[in-house]
Amino acid sequence: MSSETRQILTTDGIPLEVSLKKAEKKNKIKAFLLVAPLLLFLFITYVFPIGEMFTRSVDDRMVTNMLPKTFKAMESWDGKELPPEEVFTAFYSDFKFLVENETQGKLGQRLNKEKNGFNTITKKLMRLIKRNKIDESQSIKEQIMKIHKRWANVEYWQAIKRTAPPYTMAKYLKGMDMYFAADGSIAQVDEDRRIHRILWLRTLEIALFVTIFCFLMGYPIAHLLATLPMKYSNLLMICVLLPFWTSLLVRTASWMILLQTQGVVNDFFVMIGLVADDNRPTMMYNKVGTYVAMTQILLPFMVLPLYSVMKTISPSLMRAGKSLGGTPFVAFWKVYFPLTIPGIGAGCLLVFILAIGYYITPALVGGASGTLISNQIAYHMKATLDWSFASAMGLMLLSGVLVIYWVYNKLVGVDNIKLG
Amino acid sequence: MALPSYTETRYRIWHYFYIAICTFVFFFLIAPLFVIFPLSFNAEEFLVFSEGMKKLDPDAFSFRWYHEMVYGTKNPWGLAAKNSFIIAIFATIGSIILGTLAALGLSSRHMPYKGLIMAVLISPMIVPLIISGVAIFFFMAKVGLAATHTGIVLAHIILGTPFVVITVTATLSGFDHSVTRAASSLGSNPVNTFMKITLPLILPGVISGGLFAFVTSFDEVVVVLFLAGLENTTIPVQMWTGLREQLSPTILAVATCLIVLSTLILVTAELLRRRSERLRGINR
Repeated sequence: MSSETRQILTTDGIPLEVSLKKAEKKNKIKAFLLVAPLLLFLFITYVFPIGEMFTRSVDDRMVTNMLPKTFKAMESWDGKELPPEEVFTAFYSDFKFLVENETQGKLGQRLNKEKNGFNTITKKLMRLIKRNKIDESQSIKEQIMKIHKRWANVEYWQAIKRTAPPYTMAKYLKGMDMYFAADGSIAQVDEDRRIHRILWLRTLEIALFVTIFCFLMGYPIAHLLATLPMKYSNLLMICVLLPFWTSLLVRTASWMILLQTQGVVNDFFVMIGLVADDNRPTMMYNKVGTYVAMTQILLPFMVLPLYSVMKTISPSLMRAGKSLGGTPFVAFWKVYFPLTIPGIGAGCLLVFILAIGYYITPALVGGASGTLISNQIAYHMKATLDWSFASAMGLMLLSGVLVIYWVYNKLVGVDNIKLG
Repeated sequence: MALPSYTETRYRIWHYFYIAICTFVFFFLIAPLFVIFPLSFNAEEFLVFSEGMKKLDPDAFSFRWYHEMVYGTKNPWGLAAKNSFIIAIFATIGSIILGTLAALGLSSRHMPYKGLIMAVLISPMIVPLIISGVAIFFFMAKVGLAATHTGIVLAHIILGTPFVVITVTATLSGFDHSVTRAASSLGSNPVNTFMKITLPLILPGVISGGLFAFVTSFDEVVVVLFLAGLENTTIPVQMWTGLREQLSPTILAVATCLIVLSTLILVTAELLRRRSERLRGINR
């Protein structure tokens, strides 16, 4: 064809291609405008606040703002030996300003976290300043060093210098039981104090095992539901859907009643002679309680995706497999099982994602050995009020969940989530 | 599932084993809910079956805790129930409006970045509640909505919309768009087309999404624990406090009421699902 191909024009003389593109664009904008309100709402109230958690988790501007002159003077200090007179003078003037505004206490606490012993020496310095015991015409360095021998120790000045950057990764390191050592390198917490690593591992372990239990229990019943005639399967489906629609707290409460020492399960074990009456096992406030309750609560999330996949598998495929000489086991394993893998993927990922962030059930039936990372986040939000640490832990958990969510989206597609 | 008469013994055994497993799992799923019923009629103050109850002695049963739930002094359930319903109803309305609009946009084939936007809209369902709770708490505290009904309603709209988006997009996937084109060609304006043609057809999806949003809000405790003051207490918050502190059978009376409520919701949702499937079946 030559370049003389005639352009097709619409009635008003515009090339058809341009006109179509314009219409397409209009439709795109129309569709987007429908989504826009929700998207905007979510961005303002949800996505940005999650982003803000990040700022909060790395924010370390408090000291930076409290000691501006000191950090300026420290820029030329190499940090190997005691800082020169200017640094002491700058620190003295910063600190005096804080004392006048009565905010030096916060500085003391924050520095004390960086290096133990700051609380005492900042308080001493504060009292001297309040009583005007520091002669500003003399060497400030000499006078401060005389107050306490720690002020003459270079390690304390190094600690102050470490707090200079407005941002810190310290909270993330703390979440992995690590910290910045005196020389700025990353060090491990003593072995007997590595509580967070235990929690991360336990969270993973519980989420993994709950997923496995849910799969082992969910697969057979999803299969039964998919193969039974409608009449019966609808009835049995209620057993799956009723727990699904029932309040989480109600289900947790019923497990608390069942699993307690004088509870129904223990009564039953005693009745069939499995355990002695005076030797009832504890099944609540430990891992057993968490496993049992979480498996029952998350089971519907495994059954429903499995069921919706199995429902589409024609029973004639199994018959064909058998008629071609496969035993029922072979036919199942070679024909049926591979067809259900999308459902298995969907169910397992969904249960795992939900289990890894579980909070209510572990908090109620888990006790000390059955709590998860979520409980630790809540503890820091409510009890210790270390919100930046809670944010850091939350984001570490979130990054893990988002990776699984991404995989889920690739494999299953979020628009394929089946609800009931 | 009757077995054919020629089945070999080992498959016969396997089959009964399979039935036994399934029975056990169904029992495991449903039985815990039924423990609550009898214990909520316990005449005594403990959460265990008394000797009298095991012997089915009528004196061991009473409506004491239901009475306590409704008329008890200083009892929080009245306020909690009122708050729960108000919050859940407004959150449901909000979720339905925002979610349905978004679903309509998402199921248009002209929608750009569909996958990415869908992933963002669904994320509140996937992100662990504790993280959502922390983030929403920071936001509400900043704009001064912490410890207000408005704040909790907004938070529950965030958590409820994914369900509406999912159910409505699912309904729209079987939707025949030529009917709306027909309406437009007959001179109907877009709003009129939506109200008269689209909405009635997708209504089952909208309502079942709304039910999910309602239940999510009605049952939600993690975010409310961060946001609520004493005035905004809800049923789940009261149950949470009760289960942690003073275990009283009143909780079981409340739980029984909640199970009845969820049964009603389940029945409604099932009827809607079947209706929706029937409608979509005709469209195909």
